[in-house]
Amino acid sequence: MRDIVIQVNDLRKSFKSNDVLKGIDFEIGRGEIFALLGSNGAGKTTIVNILSTLMKPDGGSANICGYDIIHQPEKVRQSISLTGQFAAVDSILTGRENIMLIAKLRGVKNYAAVADNLLERFGLSEAANKRAAVYSGGMTRRLDIAMSLVGNPAVIFLDEPTTGLDPEARIEVWKTVKELSGNGSTILLTTQYLEEAEQLADKIAILHGGKIIVHGTLDELKKLFPSAKEEYIIKQPTLEEIFLAIIGTKKEESQ
Amino acid sequence: MKNTFTLFGRLMTHIIRSPDTIMSAMIQPIAIMLLFVYVFGGAIKASLPDGMNYVKYQLPGILIMVIAYNTSYAGLRMFNDKQKGIFNRFNSMPINRSSSLWAHVLASITSSIFTLVITFGVALLIGFRSGASILEWFAVAAILTLFSLTLTWTAIIPGLVAKSIEGAQFYAFPVIFLPLFSSAFAPTETMPKALRLFAENQPMTPIVETIRALLNCEPIGNEIWIALAWCVGIMIVAWFFAMRAYKRQI
Repeated sequence: MRDIVIQVNDLRKSFKSNDVLKGIDFEIGRGEIFALLGSNGAGKTTIVNILSTLMKPDGGSANICGYDIIHQPEKVRQSISLTGQFAAVDSILTGRENIMLIAKLRGVKNYAAVADNLLERFGLSEAANKRAAVYSGGMTRRLDIAMSLVGNPAVIFLDEPTTGLDPEARIEVWKTVKELSGNGSTILLTTQYLEEAEQLADKIAILHGGKIIVHGTLDELKKLFPSAKEEYIIKQPTLEEIFLAIIGTKKEESQ
Repeated sequence: MKNTFTLFGRLMTHIIRSPDTIMSAMIQPIAIMLLFVYVFGGAIKASLPDGMNYVKYQLPGILIMVIAYNTSYAGLRMFNDKQKGIFNRFNSMPINRSSSLWAHVLASITSSIFTLVITFGVALLIGFRSGASILEWFAVAAILTLFSLTLTWTAIIPGLVAKSIEGAQFYAFPVIFLPLFSSAFAPTETMPKALRLFAENQPMTPIVETIRALLNCEPIGNEIWIALAWCVGIMIVAWFFAMRAYKRQI
């Protein structure tokens, strides 16, 4: 039987007269990567904030690892970690100090070893003793995700992990997220990009107008898309493809 | 408790690594002190009681300014934590939610105490002497700490609700200027009637008068109770609104 880690029933939330969530239902099994896909302002962050106990819903209920988010928030907080929309790293501390800080707060005993281990895993060993202020966007996000893994939480929330990153950094973060899924963590990811959901997620839910309008695996969703047509058009490369191609050649030249 | 200290350690690292904040919290009041003592001091002296040393007379007002400058940076650190999502990160972790707030309060008081000690040092260099007993010094320290606690809770409110960095810091200006319109730098007797009424009834005056009396080894009379009432009263109101703002933003 599928082991359900996150169960959401009829979740509702409004801000003043604006109904952001109008009854959201979904469930996520252990070890799954679940993507909430939606445009800006669709309510993705509101769902993440409610599930991570930062905000109370107006109606409905949700369970994480069997704990009720409204009545047992302390228990829920022990099972989750949040990587918010803006990388919440302390820019004045070094990368290593950032991870050690979270480890101390989570009561991890061998925090120095935990920090070194995570820095190594996220390719940040070299920059470990530099202040996070000098990190690139991709490095900051990787540090941010590394901080979320301290103490091996069962559930990880990644709220738009690649928004605002350049294409190269985005691919870096994708690689990181894919590696996380290998660890058996359950991941709830929000994104504005179909491609990102396609790349990373086992299950995709599309959030629109305060409701989840479709929900399933990528293959299931693809059946709902308009059937493929054969058309001949000249495909212009996107700026992103041009950029990656140039960076790629530069790297080869320098090697 | 343990988490509060871990987070307090983090903020102290911030203060140590950005010495510009503590320097400006220190240099500006000290510059104002030098300005008053050397530029206006000679003229003001004429209206002071006989034998009163002006360095000693204006020092309590400067101490209050030092605390006001320090707490404005506490508001700023708070604003940055909120803005960068660091509060959200801590609040989604299994730690007591008030510990991050208390860490800010402790860090603010610690930096105030540090800059106050330096200010006393500068005052000693330019001729401040006091025959106060240990008990009187202890009372001065207690009042300054209480005042620092009061102002920190006040500074937390704009730190939490401000939409911009300027807004988070703007609150500090009235507090920094309030001592100027009190008996801190000149006797209120020489002021126009309306200003005098304000100066004699605003919170800075009893605080300044109490510290001044303690440093002068004079009887403190009722002023200390009025000073304490102001501090505790403002703190309770500020604490209530700070907690409300804190709970609302999470």
